[in-house]
Order: sequence, then structure tokens, then C-alpha cells
Amino acid sequence: MADPLTWHRVQFAFTIIYHYLFPQLTMGLALLIVVLKGLALRPGGEAYATAARFWVRVFGLNFAVGVVTGLPMEFQFGTNWARFSQLTGGVIGQTLAMEGLFAFMLESSFLAMLVWGEQKLGPKKHFAAAVALFIGSWLSGVFIVTTNAFMQHPVGFTRGDDGVFALADFWTYVLNPWALAQYAHNQMASLVTASFVVSAVGAYWMLRGVHLEQARLNLKVGTIAGLVASLAVAFPTGDLQAKLVARHQPAALAAMEGRFKSGPRATIHLIGQPNVAERRLDNPIGVPFVLSFLAFGRFDADVVGLNDIPQENWPTSIELLYYAFHVMVGLGTLFIGLMGLAALFRWRGWLERSRWLLWALMLAFPFPYIANTAGWMTAELGRQPWLVYGLLRTIDGASPTVHAGDTAFTLIGFSGLYFVLGLAFLFLIGREVSHGPEAAHA
Amino acid sequence: MPELSTVWFWLVAVLVALWAVLDGFDFGVGVLHRFVARSDVERREVLGSIGPVWDGNEVWLLAAGGSMFLAFPKLLAAGFSGLYLPVIFVVWALILRGVSIELRSHLDNPLWRSFFDSTFVVSSIAVPVLMGAALGNVVRGVPLRADGFFELPLFASDAAMGVLEPYTVLIGAFVLVTLTAHGANWLAWKTSGVVQARVLVLRVPLWISAVGLWLISAFATSRVAPEVTDSFSARPMAWLGLALAVGGLVVVFWKRNGELAPFLGGVGFIAGLLVLTVGCLFPVVLRGVQGHSLTVESAAAGAFAMRAGIVWWVPGLLLAAGYYWWVLRHFRGKVTVS
Repeated sequence: MADPLTWHRVQFAFTIIYHYLFPQLTMGLALLIVVLKGLALRPGGEAYATAARFWVRVFGLNFAVGVVTGLPMEFQFGTNWARFSQLTGGVIGQTLAMEGLFAFMLESSFLAMLVWGEQKLGPKKHFAAAVALFIGSWLSGVFIVTTNAFMQHPVGFTRGDDGVFALADFWTYVLNPWALAQYAHNQMASLVTASFVVSAVGAYWMLRGVHLEQARLNLKVGTIAGLVASLAVAFPTGDLQAKLVARHQPAALAAMEGRFKSGPRATIHLIGQPNVAERRLDNPIGVPFVLSFLAFGRFDADVVGLNDIPQENWPTSIELLYYAFHVMVGLGTLFIGLMGLAALFRWRGWLERSRWLLWALMLAFPFPYIANTAGWMTAELGRQPWLVYGLLRTIDGASPTVHAGDTAFTLIGFSGLYFVLGLAFLFLIGREVSHGPEAAHA
Repeated sequence: MPELSTVWFWLVAVLVALWAVLDGFDFGVGVLHRFVARSDVERREVLGSIGPVWDGNEVWLLAAGGSMFLAFPKLLAAGFSGLYLPVIFVVWALILRGVSIELRSHLDNPLWRSFFDSTFVVSSIAVPVLMGAALGNVVRGVPLRADGFFELPLFASDAAMGVLEPYTVLIGAFVLVTLTAHGANWLAWKTSGVVQARVLVLRVPLWISAVGLWLISAFATSRVAPEVTDSFSARPMAWLGLALAVGGLVVVFWKRNGELAPFLGGVGFIAGLLVLTVGCLFPVVLRGVQGHSLTVESAAAGAFAMRAGIVWWVPGLLLAAGYYWWVLRHFRGKVTVS
């Protein structure tokens, strides 16, 4: 642990995972608020307006924590990854600066209007404010994912003799195919989180026998959006993403699957423990041919194993990467099943009497957070040992003058601060949910 | 036609000045918060004066940082990693400030609210002091190495310079007092009644202290970094900055019983001082004391990145300024507490 790189990585991982617990809800929720406010514009849509008001309060709290925990992300490029910033700022500075001018001000301005301006603006303009906030928060995602996509699959640049990356083609950089697939996948996953939260709150009120009209409404919006989003996460967006990984990051795919031997008709493993020392997967249960098909669209396609990749290019935490990927895929599959069942039961009118299913919906809301986190861990651990895939190693990107002790100190500080912040947040959210949709803003 | 890197130097400077001027009054309001507002209604009046705009004000910092990343990645890399601990302290203080403003209103409990009133004051003091000290480091110079990085202990000793030493702490104190005076101007404009009366008592003494600290800081700068102050007479932008700063001060004192006019005078003073400072430093963006400095040329990104950036930067800035202006207009006039 004397090595500063480990501390930089742990601090970045901790702060980014914590931060992304909030935007993953607000991005999806922004879309659902637009839907609710749109439905509220119809005659007799007052119940939708009430629901929207409740979710705007939840959104506001999540957004506030998202904003403050987002600050360290911007700063850590310079503080902890100074060499990376020095070398790549001439490329990724574009999208990070764009986020500041195009997304943040839009979000901050229209959130103020959405929270404080309902009476002043009237229903139509207030709906427009919700649309603007939705655009702002989804634009933020575009810029961040495009930045990340450059690290995953660098395009549109040239590199000097000094190793400095320079932007060569703006549109190639911005329209990176990796970014398009990753963004679509990520936004659908964000919608999964939001729709699970909405249906969990609906299920909670329904089980308690309170706010029944609002409970029904949340269950309706939550399960329909939840089913659509759960399906879209897997296909086409997840499938597209997987094919890009297979083509451009074979080492990542092999590690995600715990695959050491190369060959055709590759098996996908549902269960098994990677044994890196012995170069095999222990206790495997798998389905033959499927990995080849998912990765390349052909059952007989060759899938490379780690044995045929130089060990210095292996991802650094194969075990963690393997489990992150399997947790994501496993949960994603369960989400389709749960939301499919819930949507069917609701359509047939059985949902309100099926208390077991309401219980399942209520208790399911943490799992999309886990799946989103596991998904990003898959992307980021799979990118290792590179900061810019194939070109710049992680070890060459850290700040040369920041020591392990400095970063350990600030990591402890972040942990303490975020722990207290998390307690306050959970307490306030719990209050909002138990007060219910009619409660005035205290 | 000036060099592209020079254009970007001034674009980043504009964003930094916008942040200092706009978020500056938020910090000043935070410093004064517990002292000029005693009851919950009064404190809600103070918080209400910045509630809809503080987050937008902070966006200018992120826009400035992003634009610096785009155009001068080597400056961002060297400055942020060299000043690692103070920069992280600023981040923590900014987190605490945002949390204090946003969470306070959610619970109607006097202890909850009193706690966040205090964290709001503490964090609003910390950011200007640390940012001022950081500015002091940039002006004094840092031990920049040939590889473009530097390392500085937090505290100065006989053996080595440090992030915090008398000169940089002096600049921190100057920035703190100036932004507090700026916050007093904002509150005098946006509040009424007993809060405004308390602010008006403090305003002129605060501005006199700011001017006193300015003169001391200017003298100290001429001793610590004579190269910077000596370059003054040859720099037209520095003259412009000085004129703006002095003109702003004249308005502050001449219109000391007004509301909007002294606030705008304070804006002129702060923006003018920043133009004066960077005007004297130019073309250096990070002064080295060991013979290596970063300049607009050596810190700049590739020419194409700067050209591509400028195409979207100008409409982006106008758009952001438009949203910001729209919110400001919507909440114009005195704060009313319901």
C-alpha cells in the first residue's frame, strides 16, 4: 500500500461510485418527470401533477448531492491524474469544458425553476422547464461518456513524439462509435434505476394501504418504464456494447468471462470462480456456443483467451472484473423477469392483490444501483491496465508529485464526509417517502 | 491577429473573473450569514438571496476549470497536483457549502438549521482564504521542475517555501475580506429591514479594511515578486485593470448609501484586480522560481484543439450566460420570505 497508484485508484473509484449513485437516478427520473408532467397537461391530469411534484422533491435532493459529489470528479483529473491530464487535456478537455458551458448551467437554471417556479410559470412553461432539465442532465451524460469513450477506444487524435495527445478531428472524437453504444446502454440503465425506485415507492404505499391513487399511478409508470428500460439495457444497447468490447478489447472480454484458452464455439459461463494462478475457471456451469454468438454473431467464432495475450496487458483485477460483469448480467436478466411479471400482473389487474409481487418490487430498488455500479466497474476494470486503451498505461498517468500518504489522507477525509452526507440524505429521503405525495415542502 | 493561445488566456481569465465576482458574493454572504441574521426568518432571507443562483455561480468555476483543461492542460496538471492538499480542501469546503445551503431547509428543527448555518459560515470562510493563498502562490512563484510539475510542503519552513507562508496567507486574508465586503453589497441590495440595517453598519468598515489589505498586499507583492510588479507599467491590460479597480472603489465609497451601484462598484474592483494581476503575469501562467515557468505557449494544447474549441465556446458561453441571466431576472428585487 506504499504505492501511490493504488491510493489514487481507490480514491477515484470510491468517489466516482458514490457520485454516480445520484446521477443514475436523476437522469432517469428527469425523463419520468417529463412523462408525468406531460400527462398532467391533459384534462383531469391533476394526479399526475401531484406525482410529479413529489418526484421533483426527490429529484432536488438527489441532484444536490450529485452536484457536490461531482465536484471532486472534475478536480481529481488535475490533482491525482496530473500526468494523464497533461497528456490528454488537448483532447478530452473539449468535452469536459463543453459540459460546464452546455449542461451544468442548463441544469442549474431550470432546476431552480422546476423547484420554485410552478406557480409563477404556469403548467405549460413548468412542463418546458422539466424538458429543459431533462435535456441538461442527459447532455451531461453525453459529455462524460464521450470522454470515457476516448479512454476506452481512442479516436480522432494524433500523438506527438513527447507522448502528448492532440485533437485531430473534432467530429470523429465526438461521434466515437464506442460513445454512442455506451451512452445508449448507460442511459437505459439509468432509466432502470429510476423506474425501479418509482415502482418501489408505489409498492410501499400500496402495501401500507396509503395514498392509493398515487401508489397505482407510480406502479403504472414504474413498471411500464421498468420493462421497456430493462429490455433496452440488454438489447440492443448491451449487445452493441458487448460486440465493441469483443472487437476492440479482447483482453477485457476474456477476463470478464474468466476465459484462458482461445478457440471457437466459446462457452458463456453463468457460474464459476476464476482461478488466475492456475489459469482456469473453477466449478463452471456454462452454455456452449453462446459466448461466440454474443461476441461476434456466429456460433463458431473464435474467442481469444488470456493465455494468448501477453500478461502485462491483462486487466489488473481479473477476479473483480469477472464478478462485476456477471453481477451486472445476472441482475439485468432478473430485472427483465421481475418487470415483465409486474407489468403483466398490472395489465391484468392482479398486481394490487399480489402482495408477494409488491414486496418484491419494493425490495428490488437497491439492485439497479448495484447493477449500474457493476456495469461501470466492468467498463473501467476492463480498460485496465490502460488509461487510454493500448496507448497510455494507468501507472503513467498519476500525479508525479503526490505521495501515497497525501492520497490516503484525502481518501479518509472523503470517506468521513460522504458517510455523514449519506446518513443525512437517507434520513431526508426516508422522510419524503413516509410523508407521501401530498406533503408540502417543509 | 493575436495568437490563439493568447485569446484562450483571456477567455479563461474572463471565466475565472466571472466566478470570482458571482460566486464571490455567495462566499461573502456565507461569512456574514450568522452575524447579520439572527432569527430563522432572517436567515431564510439571507439564504433566499443566493438560493436560486449559488449553484449557477459555481458553474462558472467548473466552466473555467474545463476551459483551462482544454486550452492549458499543463497548467491544470501542474497547479492542481502541486497544490494537492489545498485544492482538495477547497473541494471539501465547496461540498460543505453546497450541502449546507441545500439541506438546511429540509427539516424544521432549530438544531439542524443551526448546524448547517455554522457549516455554511465555516466553508464560506475556507474557500476564499485557500483560493487567495493559491493565487498568492501563483504570483510568488513555485519550484516548477523541468518536467512541468512541482512539489510544495503545506507549511513554509526555514529550509523551503510552502503553500502557506506570511505572503500567501496575507493574500488569503485580503481575498476573504474583499469577498465579505462584496457579499455585504449584495445583501444590502437584496435584503430589507433589520438584516439590511445590520449589513449597512458593517459595509463601510469592511470596504475600508479591504482597501487597507489591498495596499499592504500590493506592497508585499512588490517585495516578494518584484518582476511581476515591475512589468506593470509596460502592460496596457494591467492599466485597464487598475483603472477598473480604482473606478469600482470610487463608486463603492461615493454611492455608499445606494443598493445596486455599490454592488456594481465591487464587481469592478474584483474583476479589475484580477485583470491587473493576470495582465502583469502574462505571458506566464505559472511562475517558476527555479528557471522553469509555464507560459501561454508552453502550457497550451494543440492548435487544432484551441481552434475547434473556440467555435463552440462562444455560443456556449452566450447560452450559459442567457440561462443565468434568465434566472437572475426571475428572482429580481428584494427577497421575500414566505
